[in-house]
Amino acid sequence: MKNIKSIFALLALSLGIASCSNGTDDPLPVADNPLEEFNLTGSFEANGHALEIYSEQEGFTMGYNELFIRIKDLSTEDYVSDATIHWNPVMHMTDKAHSCPRSEISTTGEDTVYKGFIVFQMASNDDEYWELNLEYSFGGTTYTTTEQITVNAPSNGKRTVNVFTGTDDVKYVLAMMPLTPEVTVNDLSAVLFKMETMMNFPAVVDYTVAIDPRMPSMGNHSSPNNEDLLFDADTGIYSGKLSLTMTGYWKINLKLLNDQGDILKGEDVTEENEGSSLFFEIEF
Amino acid sequence: MKTTYPYGAWSGYLGHLILALCLGVIPLSPQKAQAQEPILAPIIDSILPIDLKEVIVISSFNRGIEHKSQPKPLSTLDQYLESSKKVSMVKRGAYAWDPMLNDMTSERLSITIDGMRIFGACTDKMDPITSYVDVSNLSDIHVESGQQGARHGNVIGGALDMRLEKSNFRPLGWTGAVETGYESNNTAQIVGGELNFSNEHFYVDTDLIYRKAENYTAGGGEEVAFSQFEKYNLSTNAGYKVSENQKLLANFIFDEARDVGYPALPMDVSLARAFIGSLSWVQDSFIGDLENWETKLYANTITHIMDDSQRPDVPIRMDMPGWSDTYGFYTQTELILDDHHLIGKLDGYYNRSLAEMTMYPNDPNEQDMFMLTWPDVRTLNSGIYLEDKISLKESSVKLSTRLALQTFNVADDFGLNSLRIFYPDMAQRQTRVLKSVSAHYHRQFKALHLSGGLAYGDRAPSVSEGFGFYLFNSFDNHDYIGNPDLKNEKALEANFKMAWPIKNLDIAVEGNYFHTWDYIIGEVHPELDVMTIGADGVKVYTNLEYANLYNVSLDMVYQLTSELDWSGLVSYHRGTDQNGRNLPFISPLAYRSRLTYGQGNFSGTLTLSGALDQSDFNPDFGEDRTPAYALLSLSFGKTFSIGGDALYGKVGIENIFDRYYSTYSDWNNIPRMGRNFFMTLSYAIN
Repeated sequence: MKNIKSIFALLALSLGIASCSNGTDDPLPVADNPLEEFNLTGSFEANGHALEIYSEQEGFTMGYNELFIRIKDLSTEDYVSDATIHWNPVMHMTDKAHSCPRSEISTTGEDTVYKGFIVFQMASNDDEYWELNLEYSFGGTTYTTTEQITVNAPSNGKRTVNVFTGTDDVKYVLAMMPLTPEVTVNDLSAVLFKMETMMNFPAVVDYTVAIDPRMPSMGNHSSPNNEDLLFDADTGIYSGKLSLTMTGYWKINLKLLNDQGDILKGEDVTEENEGSSLFFEIEF
Repeated sequence: MKTTYPYGAWSGYLGHLILALCLGVIPLSPQKAQAQEPILAPIIDSILPIDLKEVIVISSFNRGIEHKSQPKPLSTLDQYLESSKKVSMVKRGAYAWDPMLNDMTSERLSITIDGMRIFGACTDKMDPITSYVDVSNLSDIHVESGQQGARHGNVIGGALDMRLEKSNFRPLGWTGAVETGYESNNTAQIVGGELNFSNEHFYVDTDLIYRKAENYTAGGGEEVAFSQFEKYNLSTNAGYKVSENQKLLANFIFDEARDVGYPALPMDVSLARAFIGSLSWVQDSFIGDLENWETKLYANTITHIMDDSQRPDVPIRMDMPGWSDTYGFYTQTELILDDHHLIGKLDGYYNRSLAEMTMYPNDPNEQDMFMLTWPDVRTLNSGIYLEDKISLKESSVKLSTRLALQTFNVADDFGLNSLRIFYPDMAQRQTRVLKSVSAHYHRQFKALHLSGGLAYGDRAPSVSEGFGFYLFNSFDNHDYIGNPDLKNEKALEANFKMAWPIKNLDIAVEGNYFHTWDYIIGEVHPELDVMTIGADGVKVYTNLEYANLYNVSLDMVYQLTSELDWSGLVSYHRGTDQNGRNLPFISPLAYRSRLTYGQGNFSGTLTLSGALDQSDFNPDFGEDRTPAYALLSLSFGKTFSIGGDALYGKVGIENIFDRYYSTYSDWNNIPRMGRNFFMTLSYAIN
């Protein structure tokens, strides 16, 4: 009996060691780079610092980009905490320059990692390019840098951002937030901004984005139990429910309604009208 | 047409037969069968008075020539079933008809092979279980109406048990037979053979049948495109007597159909394949006074591939494969105590049903569209059945009950999430308790047999009814969505039968009535958008408040001379819901009249069959008025003796006047076969 007990004790101990070693081994590389699972989409050297920008996507992509930033002090190889960062992306078109909707940059749970999002409403091309202006401060000093970046068109060619003028003569930018679509009821979110000036894109609150998902390749059928995207004041985003009854290509027809319920953009899908002029696309 | 009653062989002359033809309604009765074919008599005698059971004989018990009692010996099993009194068939083409009993289809029936539960793998019911066996390996089919079939499972409409043919330790040594048949209308070729060895300790039977048919032609000469089929079936049975009291039995069936056209549907089947196997232990005596102990373990797996690759013009290409695997057992024993004959049975099965649908967009750069139409539903059913037959003076009572527990588990997360689009709070598992009780009384007043019964039973929804996801029904042109919240369907059933032999005339009147609460049927949900291109709407399976179904039939046999019999059958059916709305697939008044002539080794039959106008139909379920029709068919058979062997030939014509017709149960009014000459030759080596 005693022997059995000691065997159990040994077993438990070895298991404990195994799990402990697992527990301590794993976080180490993560602590090394908390953004390991993301792609390094840009690294700019300026002012003796390296500014690293990470994204889930391969590079800067047209549409909604959630971005993570770290500042490395090249002299110490340490990452900087307690910095404040501001950004301003500018598109230099042949005839004019404009900015795009973006969030403030905030801190994350990891004190050397900062995050925010940018909605690029167009991709770079041979004649037109994006510049990212960064202003960051820490230790009582403010630094600036400007880097040219490349914004890619989406690799699958699917539309996730709309720039349009509503019936109220306001120019809006509506972008779908990243979604891993599944055959189920998906949480669909979007952000909505209006273009006040070429450089100023304030968020629009309390509107409604009505959705009508359709499969154009399959008789343009819809799906049941969708919920329109409503503004959530806590998160600042529009959220709703998107039902996808099968895999494949879905066109999510949209209508933008203001807080009075007036349709600013988009049309109903009917027998005669196959789709709305305002839409997102997904394929999986 | 065809009949399946144990007439035996009749003899006589053709002249008599033609002369004696009239329009009449004459059936056969147990007493007649008993007189004509003594080998079958024990079965008929022991079953008919008490149960409302029908036995469709497929191969006669005396070895040698198989299927001899049939007007058309090598017809498909479907045709055997259709020619029975109680079973009717829903037809989507020339192959794999879907049996109906008391106007109810598979979800309300138990269809078994030697007591084994098997479930089709097609979401569109293109592979009823009857399509996975053939006449080559069956001896008979027991048809039990309503709760009389509760021994096999939880049923509303009844049970069909297809019994496999076995040599059963008869000391016959080696026997063999070769059969071949040809049909002109669809150039159907049938080749079959069997080789058996049997002695008192051991037997092994092997059967093989192959059928190949091209498109058939409807009455008037119109070819019905996509009505071809090809299939073969191999089966083996073996038995070993471990001791005088103990037997070990095994059986295996392989069935495969390829290139099966379904002219009434938008898709065909490139492959339907079944492996069916079982192992049984049979003991004459069991513990104490218990006897006839039988225990069977079984497993079967079905693969069904539906595709539209042969169709020239479809809105979108799609593949719809389905799989159904079932593992089960039963163990049963009997006890005879004075006037009581008790049967106890424990049974259980586990079924896995999975079906997919992949649609290929016309734009090749687009991703395929994929859905699970059956979300890997695991059904576990375990039940207990008890029966007591009590013999009283000139009467008998049969009491039976069944209690079962059925659980469903939606095992595939993809499928579960799909269904949760419709039912956000749907649980992954659910359990249902199923019950059945029945009492049946039989009394004999001299020659007159009277019987009647009352029964109550319920059933769980089928996989399609509970968990189907956008199953397209081309009959009413709607997509169907399953409903996991369905209540069990419950039926109160009353039945009666009177059989009255008067000299050469036997009359039997029979009827039953089903009052079904929570009757499961699809109802239109206008707010839902169709998935299938061209569909009219979406139906969701729903419980009706109640539905009423009744069936009555009159069955007669008249022996004109010792060689010539005249039989007839008239049946009437009606089905409505609580608002008086007609239910679909309810037969109009149907009739059959047949003259059978037999003398020595010559036989002939002349059959008139038909139905009146279908006046009670329901357009909501895709039905329209099916006009009346009448058909005439004729067949002759003769047996020759060659040495010790026997050669049997049979020729016949079906639909002599080449009528263009379809019946109430023909899917989308698909026309039935026009004039058809058939010929079969059977050679038995003894």
